[in-house]
Amino acid sequence: MSQSNSPPLSDTTEDQHVREQNASDQYLTFIIAQEEYGVDILCVQEIRGWDNATPIPNAPKHVKGVINLRGTIIPVIDLRTCFGLGEVEYTAVTVVIVLKVKNAEKDRTIGIIVDAVSDVFSLDSADLKPAPDMGDADEVSCIKGLANINDKMVILLEINTLLNQGSIPDLSSLDIK
Amino acid sequence: MSIDLSQFHQVFFEESLEGLDLMESALMELDVSHADIDIINTIFRSAHSIKGGSATFDFKVISDFTHVLETLLDQIRDGQRKITKDHVDLFLQSVDCLKHLLSLAQDNSLEVTEDASALQKQFEAILEGDSPSVEATSHIVDGSNIESNDSSECWDITFHPSRDMLQTGNDGIRLLSSLKALSDSDIYEITCDVSEVPSFEFLDPEACYFSWKIRCSGDIAYDEIKSVFEWVEDDSDIIISKASPEEPHSMAQPEVAKSDAPAEAVSTPTKKLKGAKPSSENTFIRVGIDKVDELINMVGELVITQSMLSQLSDLVDSAQVPRFGEGISQLEQNTRELQESVMRIRMLPISFSFNRFPRLVRDLSAKLNKNIELNINGESTELDKTVMEKIGDPLVHLVRNAIDHGIEMPEERVKAGKPPMGVITLDAFHQGGHVFIQITDDGKGLNKDILLSKAIDKGLITESQALTMSDEHIYDLIFQPGFSTAKAVTDVSGRGVGMDVVKQNIHALSGSVDIKSKLGYGSTITIRLPLTLAILDGQLIRVGDNIYIFPLVSIVESMECDADNVSLLAGGKRVFKLRDEYVPILSLGEVFNIQSDNTSIDGALMVVVEYSGHKVGVIVDELLAQQQVVIKSLEKNYQQVMGVSGATILGDGMVALILDVQSIVSLFSKQKNIEGISLLSSANKAS
Repeated sequence: MSQSNSPPLSDTTEDQHVREQNASDQYLTFIIAQEEYGVDILCVQEIRGWDNATPIPNAPKHVKGVINLRGTIIPVIDLRTCFGLGEVEYTAVTVVIVLKVKNAEKDRTIGIIVDAVSDVFSLDSADLKPAPDMGDADEVSCIKGLANINDKMVILLEINTLLNQGSIPDLSSLDIK
Repeated sequence: MSIDLSQFHQVFFEESLEGLDLMESALMELDVSHADIDIINTIFRSAHSIKGGSATFDFKVISDFTHVLETLLDQIRDGQRKITKDHVDLFLQSVDCLKHLLSLAQDNSLEVTEDASALQKQFEAILEGDSPSVEATSHIVDGSNIESNDSSECWDITFHPSRDMLQTGNDGIRLLSSLKALSDSDIYEITCDVSEVPSFEFLDPEACYFSWKIRCSGDIAYDEIKSVFEWVEDDSDIIISKASPEEPHSMAQPEVAKSDAPAEAVSTPTKKLKGAKPSSENTFIRVGIDKVDELINMVGELVITQSMLSQLSDLVDSAQVPRFGEGISQLEQNTRELQESVMRIRMLPISFSFNRFPRLVRDLSAKLNKNIELNINGESTELDKTVMEKIGDPLVHLVRNAIDHGIEMPEERVKAGKPPMGVITLDAFHQGGHVFIQITDDGKGLNKDILLSKAIDKGLITESQALTMSDEHIYDLIFQPGFSTAKAVTDVSGRGVGMDVVKQNIHALSGSVDIKSKLGYGSTITIRLPLTLAILDGQLIRVGDNIYIFPLVSIVESMECDADNVSLLAGGKRVFKLRDEYVPILSLGEVFNIQSDNTSIDGALMVVVEYSGHKVGVIVDELLAQQQVVIKSLEKNYQQVMGVSGATILGDGMVALILDVQSIVSLFSKQKNIEGISLLSSANKAS
């Protein structure tokens, strides 16, 4: 692996600041219910296939359980259920994206289950369009913005807000089909 | 060049505290009548390094205080003064005082405390008052005298560094040039002695073979020269002497620049050198606990991978790969040994915790006018560092109790036909994967009648209960909150808080404590602790598809549930008649909302578990293996989960949750209460 195509997985705010100035961020995109989402690639620790998780008693529906990531125990969250997009059977392409989430106190490692991983692309921050105001501040804060890649809309998620303890949205009751 | 020294503060504090501990134990060991020079050297070295460190970091109060301490120690060390019991007491007090000063410094609120100035005055009085010999006192001020009288002087300095000076990061050239910078006049001569340089094949490129003779003059104070060599003075021969310009290279009135005793005689530099070298060099390294934990994690993973490989090895045709099986079994053995040694990194001998007791017993027994001897056995027994840190305070409490309540006054002892000297014994040993710590005293023992009447007075038990209580239960009463049998509250013990806290703390470490006592003959308190907090003896159980783990210590027994013995209480709660007591039943499947095999309670498997003295029956589907599991945190990446204390990774790499009995019970009662309320409200609506 050469230095140029493997960005460091750990990140400092200073770096982030510099990148925002120079404005070309890389995003990893994935698909949930035919919709394409993107997360900052620097938060992505690894991508692994879906393996059975140990369920946590009395946990919310979108928390699928905990898995063993080389000796560390991390929770896995089904973003599909989380966004109220219904449940599907997990298949061979179902993957867990392991993310490092920054919190005020500590960094946490969390896995998110998505339908499939799609692509990696670079995006100038100028091309990032703000999320439309739908009247619900909470939900919008999880969305960093919208981008247009190859004539397809990509929803860029702000994972630090999305996956912070206590604020993980549970829209499973909506069950939009 | 400026370095932020504050980054080294923590290390200084830790080292100083260690030094103080060392000093304290050495002082306790010291026999005043036959003072061992090695022990005095140990004490001196500790004081010396604290002084050096505090001066470097500009903790002036500490360095000033240690200075007088050190001066006295130095005189004792050189045989100018005989050590007395008063000195030892004074030194012990200063250890406490220094600890206090250090903690103040840690909080950035360092100031001269009353204790410190009082002690300092006492030291000064000793030093000045009955000065052992005239030279001793004059020596102390020697350096400063030179400085004040002759400000513009000519100095002869001989600097003979140790061979390994370069390895310690010191550079002779830098020292010499900073010395040159001090000298403002043109007289600055250096001669380098290269006679020690060996022939090429014996040359160690990292060793320093040179020594230097320097002559410099100018407006230089003695202390300034000394401070140039501050970092190397312990390992080097440094002789600084005044030279008159007319009398070149005369070595009249030479002095070895020891930081504290500037007027050391030249004839003894070798002895000095030995004394200044830390005897236990390189025996310990300081490693962050997170690094160790990471290592333990990795090895845990390795064990899992290894067991996976062993399972796979059955599939390999041994005829085709003949040495495969051999390799696998070697791997297994190596992995196991690796795991054991890694686990031992966290283990420390219990002497770290026991060391404080000789002092405690000495001080307390003197205060209470009791005659007490302390015996310590098994101090090399190893224990996890975290467990050790948490057991320290409970142990102190128990020992204080034994001194205060256990051992009688000498007269009483003689009357009872016992020797006037009381004996307290601290014992530590390993047994069956646990560490046992025993505190035994040969005092008056616990009086059951007094305990009982006290408990009845306080309303802890009823009189009818008192009649049927076993000895064990009676002794256990002293662990009840608010129970104290001492007639008067002393500042040693007797406030009635404490024993319950002791028990709580030990329970929090998943240990247990019990008391044996014989009236008139003394008591024995036995504490049982797990070897480490990172590993737990677990009982694997199954409910539906899920595997959970009960800590083995919490399990009382397991049995088949017989419907005849089950009765229904209000609110859907059930109790089981277990011999002569009623035990509430809860089903793990119901509490955790998971599918379980059993639907009927009759014939179901019930595990009776205990939490803080209460028993509860938990219905499970199957009992699986018992095994040691490594405890991992759920909170690190997720959050606390009701009913679960942690998680672990099983041999197949799957995660299993470790159950916490107490929180399962509270989860259960919460659920039942909510159900009860909704039942009640629906009933109200119906009516």
